[in-house]
Amino acid sequence: MTDEKRYLSEAVNRIKPSGIRKFFDLASSMDNIISLGVGEPDYTTPWNIREASISSLERGFTSYTANAGLTELREGIAKYLDRHFNVDYDPENEVIVTSGASEAIDLAMRATVNPGDEVLVVEPSFVSYAPLVSLIGGTPVPIPTSIENGFKVTTQAIREKITDRTKGILLCFPNNPTGTVMNAGEMEEVAAVIQEHDLVVFSDEIYAEMTYDAPHVCVPALSGMRERTILISGFSKAFAMTGWRLGYVAAPEHIAAGMLKIHQYAMMCASTMAQYGAIEALENGREEMLEMVESYRQRRNYFVTALKEVGLDCHTPGGAFYAFPSIRSTGLSSEEFAEKLLFAERVAVVPGNVFGEGGEGHIRCSYAASLEQLEEAVERIGRFIKSL
Amino acid sequence: MEKEKELLRLLEKNGRMPVEKIARMLQMEIEEVRQMMSDLEKRKVILGYSAVVDWTKADVPEGVTATIDVKVQPKRGTGFDETAERIYKFKEVKALYLMSGTYDLSVVIEGATMTEVGQFVSEKLSTLESVLSTTTHFQLKKYKHDGVVFGEGEDDHRMVVSP
Repeated sequence: MTDEKRYLSEAVNRIKPSGIRKFFDLASSMDNIISLGVGEPDYTTPWNIREASISSLERGFTSYTANAGLTELREGIAKYLDRHFNVDYDPENEVIVTSGASEAIDLAMRATVNPGDEVLVVEPSFVSYAPLVSLIGGTPVPIPTSIENGFKVTTQAIREKITDRTKGILLCFPNNPTGTVMNAGEMEEVAAVIQEHDLVVFSDEIYAEMTYDAPHVCVPALSGMRERTILISGFSKAFAMTGWRLGYVAAPEHIAAGMLKIHQYAMMCASTMAQYGAIEALENGREEMLEMVESYRQRRNYFVTALKEVGLDCHTPGGAFYAFPSIRSTGLSSEEFAEKLLFAERVAVVPGNVFGEGGEGHIRCSYAASLEQLEEAVERIGRFIKSL
Repeated sequence: MEKEKELLRLLEKNGRMPVEKIARMLQMEIEEVRQMMSDLEKRKVILGYSAVVDWTKADVPEGVTATIDVKVQPKRGTGFDETAERIYKFKEVKALYLMSGTYDLSVVIEGATMTEVGQFVSEKLSTLESVLSTTTHFQLKKYKHDGVVFGEGEDDHRMVVSP
């Protein structure tokens, strides 16, 4: 161990910094780039939500809230989940408002995973999952998916990775970075294996509202799943509230109580002004949210077709706002492709390998950009491919 | 029906969007989109395509716009329609609405000068037999029109790459 690392814990020294970071530094140093590297909506938060938060400040609501969050907000979340995803949670004891879905993932892991436990992580996936498992002494076990089956996870792939030490499985559909969704039949098959092995499920459904071809399949709504599932979601993506850092978890009472213990010591409560904004989002934000979703769907249709036209193999993402085309035909690695594209044509995309196994050979392109930017970006990508 | 609604919403936001782009976004054939648009035009669902202009930035003399609240004596048989028709036929009238509330018609007038608008009101509008009274409000500044914010919008503050 090098000298300067000696003050850090072994767990921290073990985890690698996010691969996105390197690319961020590179892209940030350049001017006039079109960025398809952004993992957040291109909308600012709807005004009524911002206004509700401003108003809460004006009225002096600047103190802590209950650890689990404002009662009105928890009731709103429970009602919302029931109405739109057909899952029933008690707002009093089964819902916790968190500082973003990121904290929710951390809470869920820390409350359930022991050192030495294995957690299956369907990959490619959001960059936080595996490091969060590692930080608490657990072992993340990747389950790779591939473009051949549209990045869906199969029961066979899960079975292959299950051992005596497997404690849980992390699912994220619609998926970041692939945009993949699982239909009800596919998810039920996966659920059967999970039940057979009595696993805990961490279901990150932050993109639930953004499904374009079929209704979202909510994992705890499936038969036999509620009792073992920690549902993770939040306001960032659907309501364009990323910077507010406001998410939530919903789980059976005894699991929620465990998570609340950690949350009350580590976070106390989520930001009060953000919670007031979120109440407004749930009460009056649906129409504008649906308009945004419609626009993402239109842009997906446009962008994926355009990518295919310039010669990239791309599965049709059923949700989120990412396309995950294969760049294997170019003979370049993901990192080479992304870096050369950035320098040659000033288009920023994220190399697929940073999202874990199965990501190599792909790039993540966010289509949460204006239609004009998407059009220009595809033209540049096309020119870049021809130049190779 | 769903596609038609989506097409209308797209065109309402941007009447110049190329059909090729629309076709991709709505997963339709280009010819299908053309057909749908011409059908909507024939049915007078789409009445025209226009630009949202910020005249304060154009290099031409600025005109004035006024909204006039008009109280009208409705007529037996035709109600407000006959008077409305007599009013909207003037070329100065850019918009006309029948309103609920303390007055009946809301007339939007554009003219070169305040005097010109004033003359229109005193000579053409208030002299109509069924017009009982008028209240003229001049627009001082346009902040937002047809859903479009005039002046600077909000910038994109996002980082260039994020997870």
